[in-house]
Amino acid sequence: MENNINLTLKVWRQNGPQDKGRFETYKLEGVSTESSFLEMMDVLNEQLIGEGKEPVAFDHDCREGICGMCSLYINGRPHGPDDDVTTCQLHMRKFKNGETITIEPWRSAGFPVIKDLIVNRSAFDQIIAAGGYTSVSTGGVPDANAIPIPKPDADEAMDAASCIGCGACVATCKNGSAMLFVSAKVSHLALLPQGKVEAARRAKAMVSKMDELGFGNCTNTGACEVECPKGVSISNIARLNREYLKAKLAD
Amino acid sequence: MKLDSKIPEGPLAQKWENYKASQKLVNPANKRNLDIIVVGTGLAGASAAASFGEMGFKVKNFTIQDSPRRAHSIAAQGGINAAKNYPNDGDSIYRLFYDTVKGGDYRAREANVYRLASVSNDIIDQCVAQGVPFAREYGGLLDNRSFGGAQVSRTFYAKGQTGQQLLIGAYQALMRQVNAGTVEMHTRTEIVDIVMVDGKARGVIARDLVTGEFSRHFGHAVVLATGGYGNTFFLSTNAMGSNGSAAIKAFEKGALFANPCYAQIHPTCIPVHGEFQSKLTLMSESLRNDGRIWVPKKKEDAEAIRAGKMKPTDIKDEDRDYYLERRYPAFGNLVPRDVASRAAKERCDAGYGVGSTGLAVYLDFKSAIERLGEDTIRARYGNLFQMYEKIVDDNPYATPMMIYPAIHYTMGGIWVDYELQTTVPGLFAAGEANFSDHGANRLGASALMQGLADGYFVLPYTIQNYLADDIRTPRMTGEEKEFVEAEKAAKDKFTKLLNIKGNRSVDSIHKELGLVMWDFVGMARNKKGLEEAIEKIAAIKKEFWTNVKIPGSDKGMNVELEKASRLADFITIGDLMARDALHREESCGGHFREEYQTEEGEAQRQDDKFTYAGCWEYQGEDKAPIMHKEDLKFEVVKVAQRNYK
Amino acid sequence: MSNLFCSSIGRKLVMSLSGLFLIIFLIVHLSVNLMLLVPDGGETFNIAANFMALPVIKYGLQPVLALGFIVHIAYAAMLTAQNNKARGHNKYASGNSTKEVMWASKNMFVLGIVVIAFLAVHILDYFVPLQITHGAKEVTIGGATMHDTYSLVKETLQNPVKVILYIIGSLALALHLTHGFWSAFQTLGASNSIWRKRWTVIGTIFAWVVSLGFCVIAITMFLS
Repeated sequence: MENNINLTLKVWRQNGPQDKGRFETYKLEGVSTESSFLEMMDVLNEQLIGEGKEPVAFDHDCREGICGMCSLYINGRPHGPDDDVTTCQLHMRKFKNGETITIEPWRSAGFPVIKDLIVNRSAFDQIIAAGGYTSVSTGGVPDANAIPIPKPDADEAMDAASCIGCGACVATCKNGSAMLFVSAKVSHLALLPQGKVEAARRAKAMVSKMDELGFGNCTNTGACEVECPKGVSISNIARLNREYLKAKLAD
Repeated sequence: MKLDSKIPEGPLAQKWENYKASQKLVNPANKRNLDIIVVGTGLAGASAAASFGEMGFKVKNFTIQDSPRRAHSIAAQGGINAAKNYPNDGDSIYRLFYDTVKGGDYRAREANVYRLASVSNDIIDQCVAQGVPFAREYGGLLDNRSFGGAQVSRTFYAKGQTGQQLLIGAYQALMRQVNAGTVEMHTRTEIVDIVMVDGKARGVIARDLVTGEFSRHFGHAVVLATGGYGNTFFLSTNAMGSNGSAAIKAFEKGALFANPCYAQIHPTCIPVHGEFQSKLTLMSESLRNDGRIWVPKKKEDAEAIRAGKMKPTDIKDEDRDYYLERRYPAFGNLVPRDVASRAAKERCDAGYGVGSTGLAVYLDFKSAIERLGEDTIRARYGNLFQMYEKIVDDNPYATPMMIYPAIHYTMGGIWVDYELQTTVPGLFAAGEANFSDHGANRLGASALMQGLADGYFVLPYTIQNYLADDIRTPRMTGEEKEFVEAEKAAKDKFTKLLNIKGNRSVDSIHKELGLVMWDFVGMARNKKGLEEAIEKIAAIKKEFWTNVKIPGSDKGMNVELEKASRLADFITIGDLMARDALHREESCGGHFREEYQTEEGEAQRQDDKFTYAGCWEYQGEDKAPIMHKEDLKFEVVKVAQRNYK
Repeated sequence: MSNLFCSSIGRKLVMSLSGLFLIIFLIVHLSVNLMLLVPDGGETFNIAANFMALPVIKYGLQPVLALGFIVHIAYAAMLTAQNNKARGHNKYASGNSTKEVMWASKNMFVLGIVVIAFLAVHILDYFVPLQITHGAKEVTIGGATMHDTYSLVKETLQNPVKVILYIIGSLALALHLTHGFWSAFQTLGASNSIWRKRWTVIGTIFAWVVSLGFCVIAITMFLS
């Protein structure tokens, strides 16, 4: 059950957006295998503060896998060597005593590094602002049960909507493409009658913003789906392609 | 100070209608010239900012996270209540109102709760129109489930991610306004002070968490939607960044802080397992729909389990004590949170606890799986079970989950009147940040309801009533002396923190505070302990201000500096909580004083003495705050001892 | 739809459509090549191959085919360059250990280059003597005189180096198709969670049938 392990951490340190950055190596001893990865990072930071050094900056918040704030590219995988988890849900029992762990920030032209392991993901907000909503204002809406929605559609919309906007899809994609993120939102809303109304406009606006922000072209490798902590499917990308092409051909 | 709650005239059910009919409005041309600052982008903040933007106000919205979508409302799992009565099981607005008042142990303001219940249905309509993918039945209509403290099924849900879906709905509405140019979004920006001009809140001083730079922002009104202060306990189900600093800034500017001692301890969290632990993970209350809570009937079985010699599955049904079903046959496993939490503590304290620490009870799905099949359970709770398995490395389909209570939500908060305005004119508080609606205990699935009610359906009305008198106030530039002084004071505070250059990390002091809070101001409190807590907190405060160590500088991002400034405020809150708990000589809802309990161990209120909200007023640095009372009048509900038996 | 092809999905659409077009060409090509296996001394194959000399093919379809290749290659180069840029300057020091991702899908450009090399050899070996220099031998079948394509192929494939090159080219083509086939439908939007599996299976079978078809022919010709 509970075990303590010793680790060597190779951590990316970068003072600011303009800094070149470098790897620093730290030794960490007696890490409980029951602790989470970020708790291990807390222990590292306590150690660094004790030594009078600056702690490693990393994004994190809810620590229960839903806010999408935590990132970290760990040993070649976004969110580390476990499936269907975010970094905050990754536990140290996935690592061996004596292991060297390489910890890097998300790397993509769309996500510039702010400091150490923290990147700027505001591009995702800009894409949502471009059209990822239904244009209804508060009040004056029909009764919630006025339009029945087939359960399979509602369930599929829910699956698409479970995206947490963490950016692992972009981080792992060899093309730095944001198609999984964009397609999840387009699908979520296109599958529901409330969102269907402006599906064409939405698909065009969001794709155009995504392209403008410098994300790459999807080549359907499917790595995003594998690394998505919420298992969002690339069938959403097919739907986005369909919605987009339909919209463009109708223009 | 006399507290005017501004409850409108008329019978309870008519009050909100009467208010809306007689309130002042702002015409569209004037709205463009009025600025509103909204702090926070959770359910209350995002929904308020989006609604203000839609109405035509100029809005500035601030969040400490990198995106408004990260606010901790996102972590709510179970659902949102509404009195739709779709299942035809006897629900009504009155019933939801009544359950909420009763669930809050008769310590909430009737008029606010009734308004909350009456707008609950509009929230569901609004969310569906936004594309929130609520669970549906095969007929295509919305599904409901039951939750603690109610005998009807009125909870709408989206898998185990209801908070996420509602927040994303509000976030999308907000981003639509950002796109339209009505809302200016400031991410990774923290509010470090509230600016007062001529006795009114007129803006904020913000600190950019990336650059460390300070900036001044003017608003005709300021809305705080900054959530609760559960992180005072260090370990809680709150997000790491959740903090009470904005609330404390308001408090220091003269806003009263009401009922700080009402903190909700959630019964179903994953138990604490080590020193290094950074936070506690909640398992949704919805699990209590199908899960049965038990501990071994025999002490020797419990001891064997703790020693690892026995497994829970080895214990026969007749040797299990389903203590909630035993004590509360009418509500069984679905009693309110405070009741369930205390019952778990009672069993563990009596020596029946399980897990290696003895501080855990079982939440068992065996009967539900036998009755409904594993597939049904997987469909209902699959993601929660997966989450549990990832954290604990144990399969909850085969062995029961282990759970224990943890700090989850704070019912107390900034005092607001019926209009959600604090005692500082122009300063409003919404969602968990205010004290309204939940009394001494919040029912499950009601926090989402309150956050969205405040943001979508209450503030858009009430803020106009305030701003209508402000149409002649020109925008300020931020160069006024009040802004300059406030900015300087804030900067000085950060410099002071950096100059302490002591020996202890922020977290180590915060953990110490958390332990004091949990031991003395936690699930069971008493006079002696609370007095001790106040002393200990004062010592921690001294330690903090003389011995905290913050590496780095105020230039650029400095996470430790952020944490230190928040901890300074948590210490203030901890002190307030202990004082409030000490003064409230009764047990009610989330506040349990050991001196005031029935022979059966149930909470015993002292209605003749404490039917009021305790509202604390700041008196200055290192001075004890003084308390004002808002008497609570129950005109409709008959106040009674809560009975879930 | 004016600016369709300026968008990422539009560019992918070009890849998808040109790829599908080339897939059709492959089907035709393989069908003709299979005639090499008819044991009649190459008569059937020569008749089949001779249709390539028809003016409508030579002046009508061949430029279209060439265009298909050029567009597919040019867009591939453009997309790859854009994608490299989108990936950013800093590469991951810990590489990429994501499992369950098809190797071919991450190496389409390299595979494509191998296929182009194969294509170049092909053009030198056959297209030049048959359609440009007309240096290939002639044969008369049923009164019509035509190039003896059969002999040309047979001669070329007596060289074991050529055979190995052909096999390498075919295998690269197979890998290219295992990803390219279903990916084309994904890009068109003609896919969902069910059809993705179907297209993948169909694509894999198709890729290997085509590739092994070419290999079998090359080996048979070498051995005969």
